[in-house]
Amino acid sequence: MRVREAFPMGHVRTPHYCRGHVGEVERLCGIFPNPEELAYGRVPQAPLPLYRVRFRQRDLWPDYPGPERDSVEIELYEHWLESVR
Amino acid sequence: MSTSPSDPSDIRGAIESGRRHHDIGGLDAGPVERGEHAHAAWENKIDAILRLLAHPDRGPLVRIDELRRGIEEMGPGVYDELSYYERWIGSITNLLLEKGVITVDELGEKIETVRARHDAAPPRQDGFGGGTQ
Repeated sequence: MRVREAFPMGHVRTPHYCRGHVGEVERLCGIFPNPEELAYGRVPQAPLPLYRVRFRQRDLWPDYPGPERDSVEIELYEHWLESVR
Repeated sequence: MSTSPSDPSDIRGAIESGRRHHDIGGLDAGPVERGEHAHAAWENKIDAILRLLAHPDRGPLVRIDELRRGIEEMGPGVYDELSYYERWIGSITNLLLEKGVITVDELGEKIETVRARHDAAPPRQDGFGGGTQ
């Protein structure tokens, strides 16, 4: 999956450093109300799947000095993810 | 906490870089303090206040996502200067004012009452009073 390369002004829970990068879904964490709606006191519409996505450190940081296999996992809501196929 | 390299205006910085001020993952922020530290009594009290406000039986009056949004909206200067729990109580206060749970006048009167009581009281040993809080 690729993280959407979007830069909205409001509250989001997708770190800036992973946007636009490709990772693998490691697991489905569950279905939760959208925090981007809750943050503004709105009643969330449909709850969203939350995935744990694994990225290679070397993909995120061009000058990463550690081993090739090092990874980082970030929990991301479905509406931030795009299929890369 | 060291300051992060950011524009003086959160809005301008976000427009130009797409990165909001609080979103510092990957930026140089100096060494990580790994040791545990004790919480002051006033910090525990703020934690308790949030848990009560966020309890479903009370609405909840404040949601955790709203708390985070309020902290992110403080702007770079305030955000950098305040400690962790100072950010919490700042955001909680603004949310309660926005929602009409408390009024500005009530808040001001209460602060004056507490200040007068604090000034009149002898120093305490339990962590409340004294210091900067």
